[in-house]
Amino acid sequence: MRVLLILLASLTALRRNVMRSALTTLGIVIGVGAVIAMMEIGNGSSASIQKTIASMGANTLMIFPGAAASGGVSFGAGSTMTLTPGDSDAILRECPSVRATAAVVRSRNAPLIAGNKNWVPSEIDGTTPDFLVVREWALSEGASFDERDVRNAARVCLIGQSLVRELFQGQSPLGQEVRLQNVALRVVGVLEKKGANMMGRDQDDILIAPWTTIKFRVSGTSTANIAAVAAVAGAATATPRGQLYPGSSQGTFAARSAIQTKNSPIPVRMITVDQIIVSATSASEIKDATAEVTALLHERHHIAEADVDDFNIRDMAEITKVMTSTTDLMTKLLLVVAMISLVVGGVGIMNIMLVSVTERTREIGLRMAVGARGSDIMRQFLAESVMLCLAGGAMGIGLGRGTSYLVAKILHWPTLPSLEAIVASVLVSASVGIIFGFYPAWKASRLDPIEALRYE
Amino acid sequence: MNLIELHDICKTFYLGEVVLPVLKGITLSIAKGEMVALTGASGSGKSTLMNTLGCLDRPTSGTYSLDGEEVSRLSNDARALMRNHKMGFVFQSFNLLPRTKALGQVMMPLLYGGTHVSQKAAKQRAAAMLERVGLNDRMDHQPSQLSGGQQQRVALARALINHPPLLLADEPTGNLDSQTTREVLGLFKQLNEQDGITILIVTHDPKVAASCKRVIRMADGLIEADELNGGGPS
Repeated sequence: MRVLLILLASLTALRRNVMRSALTTLGIVIGVGAVIAMMEIGNGSSASIQKTIASMGANTLMIFPGAAASGGVSFGAGSTMTLTPGDSDAILRECPSVRATAAVVRSRNAPLIAGNKNWVPSEIDGTTPDFLVVREWALSEGASFDERDVRNAARVCLIGQSLVRELFQGQSPLGQEVRLQNVALRVVGVLEKKGANMMGRDQDDILIAPWTTIKFRVSGTSTANIAAVAAVAGAATATPRGQLYPGSSQGTFAARSAIQTKNSPIPVRMITVDQIIVSATSASEIKDATAEVTALLHERHHIAEADVDDFNIRDMAEITKVMTSTTDLMTKLLLVVAMISLVVGGVGIMNIMLVSVTERTREIGLRMAVGARGSDIMRQFLAESVMLCLAGGAMGIGLGRGTSYLVAKILHWPTLPSLEAIVASVLVSASVGIIFGFYPAWKASRLDPIEALRYE
Repeated sequence: MNLIELHDICKTFYLGEVVLPVLKGITLSIAKGEMVALTGASGSGKSTLMNTLGCLDRPTSGTYSLDGEEVSRLSNDARALMRNHKMGFVFQSFNLLPRTKALGQVMMPLLYGGTHVSQKAAKQRAAAMLERVGLNDRMDHQPSQLSGGQQQRVALARALINHPPLLLADEPTGNLDSQTTREVLGLFKQLNEQDGITILIVTHDPKVAASCKRVIRMADGLIEADELNGGGPS
């Protein structure tokens, strides 16, 4: 058709000077290639940074007990104990965006003794086996304690690499005993090295034990009684230290009827934990998981819409945001640089098209003499510059993909193919062709055929 | 009916302050099938008259009707279409497209005809036209591979591809030796006599003028002489 003929004519014209056309296109080739390579490298590093952050716990939610307030005086976060292991189980059961949960009981600043060595770990956590899932933490030796150990408040523990170094001089601690406030715990596993966290705290300076063990055997500050342990943790056989008469609280009051229970729920949960950590299915599900957990805890804790929450949910999305916005900024910056090179390439095209119009003045005159209108001439020159740019764009896509492939292969930088970059660079190169080809084409169309025919 | 009717054509150029009248009232008619030579000294206005006849330029005043159509007041685009349909141009310097095959040169005007011609049909017409001017074995040659006479014949084929009633030739033999001049003139004559194409040749060469049936001599923007040759020596 007509369009085809015009394209064919401009292709013929471009072929008449292959070398010059190729060199003219080079600007666009490099520009488009740069855009695509930059976008793919930027996307890749952004994705890999997000993955790293995710392993640091970016998809982790931390639920803390809320603040107690009395007579207008607030006692700050964590001053009431409102979270229960039951909450943790319910969250896992009922929130679809949640992958794993673990209840955590903390015991701080207790000296740990092994043989003739002693050390105060920076963190002593009582928790469930799922803790390792939430923290994405593997064992380098031994095996984790299991649900039965939790129910039995078994005297077992996992220790971090720093403790192995300090207490066992790097020898395998498996099967050895460590004493924590006169409770002997058998080391059943060693955690893999994790290094310092973002705040510089040594994450390997840790002891992990079943939460029942920490709560009832070690801390011993709990008001919980054995019946409550039995109710929550099943067949608990542990007698909490410092509880002289197990079961002594029973029988003080008459048993509450079902109606009484419903009317006035017991405000204090007997077995509480210090924290529940929740792992969302992915970093992008954090928002959904937060909403689901909030709704569930409202229901479980009987909190009306207008009431103050008795818990806080925190996530590390802020850190993720900072990190991704940094890579975002980098990608945009590179894109701007690449766009500048596209504009430079466009100016090159305009320059060559102007030269071409001058050089082909006689041809233009002749075409007009045999019946070409100004618009025909303009269309032809526009078609030429657009074709130059599109050809440059196509080669640039190849160059960009090739570069990012080589970068991934040789430098092992992460790259990610980007369809947007390809679409954008095709559009941009076509518009560069039209914008920078317009002036020369317009100039050509305005030539006087008589002058043009006589031009030397 | 006359193919060309000029009535009191004037053309004045304004170069800043200077007013330069080039054509000073030309009245002329050329009938269909005539072969006319237009001669005159440099600056006599014959090129300007040629441009006006070729619809490349508009006269300052006067009327020009071509093939029964008043063209002196047409728009640029309409005149472009006129050039495409009603006339063919042959130039002294051939004006062929560089690095383009003869077939492509001849097909070129079909692109601007306003009607769609398929690539295949265009090729056939161009090939037939090249055969008509005796270049059937040179279709894939580029201008640099052709002699002057061959180049002028390619240009002639290009001028005739749309079967125009009028052929305007501006010094068509100016760059040719006497042998090829005779060949090209023979071709012109053949076209004039066999196909009835009206031919107007601008020339300085008295031999070329002598081969035309009618010679118009211009001087100082006016027609000085308009005489019949009676066929001329062939």
